[in-house]
Amino acid sequence: MSANSVALERKKHDPRIGEVIKLAIMAVGGQGGGVLTNWVEDVARANGYDVQATSVAGVAQRTGATIYYIEMAPAGDKKPVFSLMPSAGDVDILVAAEMMEAGRAIIRGFVTPDRTTLIVSSHRALAVSEKTVPGDGIASTEEVVAAAEVAAQRLILFDMEEIALSSGTVISASLLGALAGSQTLPFTRSAFEAAIERSGRGVKQSLAAFSTAYEMAQTGERTMPGKGKSAAPADMPSGPGRLIEKWQKLSGRISALPEPTRNMALAGLRAVVDYQDLAYGADYLDRLEVIAGRDRPDRQFALTTEAAKYLAKAMCYDDVFRVADIKTRGSRFRQVHDEISPANGTRMMITEFMHPRAEELVGLLPARLGRRLSDSPSAMRLIDRLFNRGRRVRTDRLMPFLQLYVMGGLRRYRRGTLRHSEEVAHMESWLATALSTVESDYDLAVEVIRNRRLIKGYSDTHARGLSKYDRVMEGVSLLAGRADAADWVRRLREAALKDEKGDALDGALETVRSFTGELSS
Amino acid sequence: MAERSFAKEVQKLKLGEGETFAGEGILAITKALLESGVGYVGGYQGAPISHLMDVLADAEEILSDLGVRYEANASEAAAAAMLAASVHYPIRGAVTFKGPVGVNVASDALANLASSGVTGGALVIVGEDYGEGSSIMQERSHAFAMKSQIWLMDPRPNLPSIVRAVEDGFDLSEATNTPVMLMVRIRSCHVTGTFTARDNKRPPLTVREALSNPRSDYSRVVLPPMSYAQEQNKINDRWPAAQAYIRDKGLNEFFGPKDGPVGIVVQGGMYNGVIRALQRLGLADIYGETDIPLYCLNVTYPIVADEFLDFCEGKEAVLVVEEGQPEFLEQALGSALYRAKSGTSLHGKDVLPMAGEYTGQVMLDGVEAFLRKTAPDLLPAQIRSPNAVKTAAGPDLTKTVPIRPPGFCVGCPERPIFAALKMTEQARGKHQIAGDIGCHLFACLPPFEIGGSTMGYGLGPASNAAFDGGGERRSIAIIGDGGFWHNGLSSSVGNAVYNKSDSVIVVVDNFYSAATGGQDILSSRADNKSKSTGHPIAEAVKGVGVKWVREIDRTYDVPKMRKILDEALTTDYDGPKVIVASSECMLNRQRREKPLRDKAIAAGRRVEKPRFGVDEDICTGDHACIRLSGCPSLSLKKLDDPLRDDPIAAIDQSCVGCGNCGEVADAAILCPSFYRADVVHNPGWMERTLAGISNAAISFLQRRRSGNRLEFVKA
Repeated sequence: MSANSVALERKKHDPRIGEVIKLAIMAVGGQGGGVLTNWVEDVARANGYDVQATSVAGVAQRTGATIYYIEMAPAGDKKPVFSLMPSAGDVDILVAAEMMEAGRAIIRGFVTPDRTTLIVSSHRALAVSEKTVPGDGIASTEEVVAAAEVAAQRLILFDMEEIALSSGTVISASLLGALAGSQTLPFTRSAFEAAIERSGRGVKQSLAAFSTAYEMAQTGERTMPGKGKSAAPADMPSGPGRLIEKWQKLSGRISALPEPTRNMALAGLRAVVDYQDLAYGADYLDRLEVIAGRDRPDRQFALTTEAAKYLAKAMCYDDVFRVADIKTRGSRFRQVHDEISPANGTRMMITEFMHPRAEELVGLLPARLGRRLSDSPSAMRLIDRLFNRGRRVRTDRLMPFLQLYVMGGLRRYRRGTLRHSEEVAHMESWLATALSTVESDYDLAVEVIRNRRLIKGYSDTHARGLSKYDRVMEGVSLLAGRADAADWVRRLREAALKDEKGDALDGALETVRSFTGELSS
Repeated sequence: MAERSFAKEVQKLKLGEGETFAGEGILAITKALLESGVGYVGGYQGAPISHLMDVLADAEEILSDLGVRYEANASEAAAAAMLAASVHYPIRGAVTFKGPVGVNVASDALANLASSGVTGGALVIVGEDYGEGSSIMQERSHAFAMKSQIWLMDPRPNLPSIVRAVEDGFDLSEATNTPVMLMVRIRSCHVTGTFTARDNKRPPLTVREALSNPRSDYSRVVLPPMSYAQEQNKINDRWPAAQAYIRDKGLNEFFGPKDGPVGIVVQGGMYNGVIRALQRLGLADIYGETDIPLYCLNVTYPIVADEFLDFCEGKEAVLVVEEGQPEFLEQALGSALYRAKSGTSLHGKDVLPMAGEYTGQVMLDGVEAFLRKTAPDLLPAQIRSPNAVKTAAGPDLTKTVPIRPPGFCVGCPERPIFAALKMTEQARGKHQIAGDIGCHLFACLPPFEIGGSTMGYGLGPASNAAFDGGGERRSIAIIGDGGFWHNGLSSSVGNAVYNKSDSVIVVVDNFYSAATGGQDILSSRADNKSKSTGHPIAEAVKGVGVKWVREIDRTYDVPKMRKILDEALTTDYDGPKVIVASSECMLNRQRREKPLRDKAIAAGRRVEKPRFGVDEDICTGDHACIRLSGCPSLSLKKLDDPLRDDPIAAIDQSCVGCGNCGEVADAAILCPSFYRADVVHNPGWMERTLAGISNAAISFLQRRRSGNRLEFVKA
């Protein structure tokens, strides 16, 4: 062996290996990772570098996670040997075209503090698994950002999708801008711009997005995507002066509520008044004041705050009047216009998709008549046969608009309807359950209030929500009196929000039954 | 027309002697075929060589100018069968398909071809779909080479090496009268680089000319007793001839010093990975000049035992770097060492994993482990005994980051089919559902979770055969138009007719072989200059004897789709029930229509552009709509409203207005949140006037109501 070892004297570690620049791009299929790769390759080749790019084509490109990889080194007499795929701990620049893809890169070890510049667009392209959860299943951007701070040598983070959209192009252009602006590649700004120009399509828009992203990367400014355009109602209502005066008087009652509850109470009051009228708002405050009167200052009036939120939601239940009212408002027309932003000189047609069933229609009738009908299966069948079908309503046309407009106007009779009496009964039983445990188990009372979150949606979805609510409330009665009752009710509710049918909830309830059963035996 | 056009790139195929070609692997392969004087080419699309088929299709004119026949074969079996032209005629032919599944399909023809032997060079370019990005089961095409005695080339993954392998492959094939498989891995197909071009060569004998001088020779027919002689010929003549040719022409390569205590034997395709590992260990320079002797197998079957034994001479240990399983090479090399009573110890799957892709880290760990075991002195001091413990990584994100499997594209016409099927199952209970190969297989993933098996291309309905006797609930099988024409018409539909199968077959017809990149097929509706399209699936189905056929020409009509499904599941008719659900692949449709639409708008013609939206005050954030869609453009947003707990549905501007959202909300009675906004470009004066009147009246009513009540209008 020794003789051989002499023959095999080791060369010094080749410093030129350190000159190889390794760049990986993690994207979602359809984001234009291939275009970006072509640009980078073109810049490198045009500026005296040997370069190699690889990609993984195939079905992964259909909206799945995809990866592109580029290596380059100053051109010499011989061709360097490049790797065809990135290695953990051996990537200089990692471009992630979406927040979670940055997370995936970190998991795979492609981002390391000794060498990696991480360039991430802070926007999200949600995965199917995040979107199908009935509750909030969106993965935490904050966790990925926190990990990125630790993992990356340098982090460039801003919303490159927004820049691309506002320039009328796709994200590959702003990603290239960020990459160029990071100055991690040894090429000038104009070299990158020349590559865009050579590619020849949508050049103006691409250059605009490139430029904005370039500047952002230079300044190091970070931006996160904004939340949805403000959906919170304005502070002050619009309407006739006499009503506004009355509003001011009514909303004055809020200052009598405990301080920590006031913001939520005001939000709730606005929603309720917008939904029906000032009297309905007064009704809301009456109920809230009763709850506040039994609340505990040492718990910062948590019960009242939660009740302010969920009472408003319970009172603003979704019925046909509500839908018709919203769909025909001027403010809603403006909102649609903003969303679609049709070009000048065009006109817009709007089609609504409605599908009322007998239950919804009977709910609109005066309580007594409605109840008689809903008690008769044959009547319900007849109504379904007459009315239950999908309706496409063109609200940009006068006559169909009028139908909905009139329906929206009928909301003033809402208090007399069958649906209203059912909603009120349900709401009162819910509040009574909550208030019944305020003294014995304050936390449980708060959780009972929060359970109202489970009721949402229309028709089948609404029915499913009610059934989940009922099952969780069954858990409440099983658990009442135990020290961990509130904690278990919270767990039940969270389980209920995990899947559509409530399988996780049934499992959790089974667990509750097993130990509450043991207690009683 | 395929999804990706190579119309511009194929001009590079015309480069002449000494010019520099820069581009992708698949294009380089095509150029090499032309430089080798190929006489005919064909194949069947499938990742990673789909684009090779697209390049050939886009290059058809250049090919025919050279007298080269191009065929888009109906399947891999058809492609392999085409190589029969090289059995009797001295014409070079090349076909391409994916491996190992394409090779599975082709294996009947390949086995016959190998037994007959060839006169002209026959090259099978196999895109080996293994490792990250693969869409199929993880196996090796290597086994097919072994069982049929086809030579297998696995060139180093750079353009000059791949180009050389094409030429060498033809030469080797002709020198040994044996077909040759040229294997390119996923990344080599799309690796970019440069090589120096040579002039294209017209085939010395074109297929057209061959037809004027037909040949036959029954000794080449696979029938006894010739078949016995053919086996003897493979082993006694062709095999040694191949070994001699490989050795004499130096097809396998040696790198680094000749002698050393240890060496590495590497498949050509793994060469870059090994060099990178050595570079990281300080044992190779940037150009791949290595301190460790390397024996690079650009031909992985057959192995040349004496060449290998020469390499092992004087070495205490060698490492075999061979991706995938079983470890055919390691077994063969081990056997050679044993027979030669060599003292060299053999390593491979003891330091490298038996299964899975050899990624950068795997390769680094494996090579390091080998050296640590056999020649630790060669490792740099820092790696031999690292003094710094690797610092712990940041927070664990594995529970945070969601998986992102492939799915249906924005506006995909297959989505409403599966939404309807999901609603049918919600109403009638879960059914036995079989899938096939193609985009529609994404339906087995959330949110649809429809179907639980796939048995191969065109075999979906056939895979339900055991259930075809009927029962309480009929079995359902899905098959795409690609699978239908590939093999499904006979193996699945014909099979169902003959066996009086009481089952339901849904043919998803999106006008293209969409999953592989939108290539045309028999039933495509588009005009194709050189291929015959426009043959309806329903006619074919009736032609093989199906009596119950229903067609739906707009899959977005969910209620109609549900009605037809209900009828198929409940009808008294007990033979096969075939539903042909047709709508054009949205990806291709947009690519086709968008430029036309933009042109029409610019020209001042009236154009309607639909898009969907969600009323955020009406959406309650239950996401039931998403559970019947999964469309990338239908996403969620969080509102800045203290009364809201859950994010609500939102549609982004990638929406193409396919109509699925509205149809599904209606058919499943979800909620009235959705609206469709059709923007009319260049409306006529009449339309503008009427709309103006309507708008004025509506605004008046809206102002009237707002003036009489309190509204909290959003900022």
